[in-house]
Amino acid sequence: MSSELPDSAVSPPSGAGESTSGPSRRTVIATGVAVGGVVVAGGTLLAGAEEAPATGTAPSSRVSLTVNGTRRTVTVDNRTSLLDLLREHLELTGSKKGCNAGACGACTVLVDGQRVNSCLTLAARLEGAEVTTIEGLADGDRLHPLQQAFVDQDAFQCGYCTPGQIMSGVGCIKEGHTGSPEEIREWMSGNICRCGCYVKIVRALEQTAGRK
Amino acid sequence: MHPFSFTKAANTRDALDAGRHGGRYIAGGTTLVDLMRETVERPETLVDISDLPLRDVTVAERGGLRIGALVTMSEAAAHPKVRSLYPVISQALELSASAQLRNMATIGGNIMQRTRCTYFRDVTADCNKREPGSGCAALKGFNRTHAILGTSDACVATHPSDAAVAFAALEARVHLLGPDGERQVPFADFLLRPGNTPNREQALRRGELITGLEVPALPRPLKSGYLKVRDRQSYEFALTSAAVALHVRGGVIREAKVAAGGVGTVPWKLPAVERHLVGQRPSDALWAAAAERARDGARPLRHNRFKVELLKRTVERQLRVVGGSK
Repeated sequence: MSSELPDSAVSPPSGAGESTSGPSRRTVIATGVAVGGVVVAGGTLLAGAEEAPATGTAPSSRVSLTVNGTRRTVTVDNRTSLLDLLREHLELTGSKKGCNAGACGACTVLVDGQRVNSCLTLAARLEGAEVTTIEGLADGDRLHPLQQAFVDQDAFQCGYCTPGQIMSGVGCIKEGHTGSPEEIREWMSGNICRCGCYVKIVRALEQTAGRK
Repeated sequence: MHPFSFTKAANTRDALDAGRHGGRYIAGGTTLVDLMRETVERPETLVDISDLPLRDVTVAERGGLRIGALVTMSEAAAHPKVRSLYPVISQALELSASAQLRNMATIGGNIMQRTRCTYFRDVTADCNKREPGSGCAALKGFNRTHAILGTSDACVATHPSDAAVAFAALEARVHLLGPDGERQVPFADFLLRPGNTPNREQALRRGELITGLEVPALPRPLKSGYLKVRDRQSYEFALTSAAVALHVRGGVIREAKVAAGGVGTVPWKLPAVERHLVGQRPSDALWAAAAERARDGARPLRHNRFKVELLKRTVERQLRVVGGSK
């Protein structure tokens, strides 16, 4: 039942073996400042915790999960949150880090169909999980109805909270808590909008839930 | 965050074995991961118990309810039996946290959650709960949200759970499993007042695991509900709250279960209020008179004097909501 430190857990200092799309600005920055760096080889990815000190020997776990329909097998420092795994190691930067404490909702994703705060979810616990992020919502070039509704209703200004609002909204609609603007507000209260777009966010949910 | 090793328990025996060797159980993780990031919590080993078979809600003997420790807050709140038999539990849960957190957090973890005292969460501040003997920064600090009941010179932090207030009112029992077998602890004995040891918060023995909560059967019909008063309308901890359950038959109150939240170092059962109600006929005057007793023994701090009156009004209003205005 215990997760042993895998042989490959001590990672090379740079992005040796990166197989995706070559070093981007993000990976260059990440490998420059983060511990451990990122290694993707044969579908396996070695991820250091973003907030880990530079020991390189922190306990890690191997976990296989599905992200937006793609199976990923990763070895993560046990401290790595799902949010950091997505943003720093899978290059899925749609999910945002606002408070990193479960208070703002900007990191909201679906895990096994349920909306959760990815900042408070330890990646090591997600063996077999199905994760859906904002990047996995559209059908090719066709936006998800709630994405389209956010455009139609002009439901954002700066946009930083929007991925979390939309993922939370998808959960809210699925849960059936869209009976009235008041109900939507209550059940969306875990998503804070610094710009104050709440009225239009409520309208976007109503549009998608079929009330308008 | 400090490094930690991580194991996932395949079954209850594995979990207890890891717990006996000092492993910390993790279920929803919404409190624990947050506090680990602040380095308030520094476990060396986390034991993931999410695969254990503790996810059922069952009707127990004589119509009581047993809620498995790993039932999430959202599952428990939405469960038809919880909704129909104990609305006070559903309401307390749905007025807690956010939809996302309720999808993650479990019933067992909910009663284990730690205080929101800002000094406890700030590792540079003195806090007897976090560092025994270091002092209490809240006593002379900004203590508007702190407790007025059950406090000590060592600690004035509130217990943050809403559901625990409902469980306290209903006199639930905590089911535990440890290296020495199963036992049950009355809710009133499970969460500990701070005294001189605010670092000890639960009557748990080493390696013990919460397996579930049992809410005893109460005579029917039973009306119940939860009122939460806070600085903003949603997604906020209680300044005051009241859990009320009343059984009225023949125009007379036969059973009254009342507890308050946001005011005590533990969920605050109100036996004096209950005694004032039982045997009486419901009336607005009765609600007001009974609620007067809610503040018995209150010791306000510099910034939370308002809670004494607010507590009385919260209890009075919820008695009226549940028992009817007459």
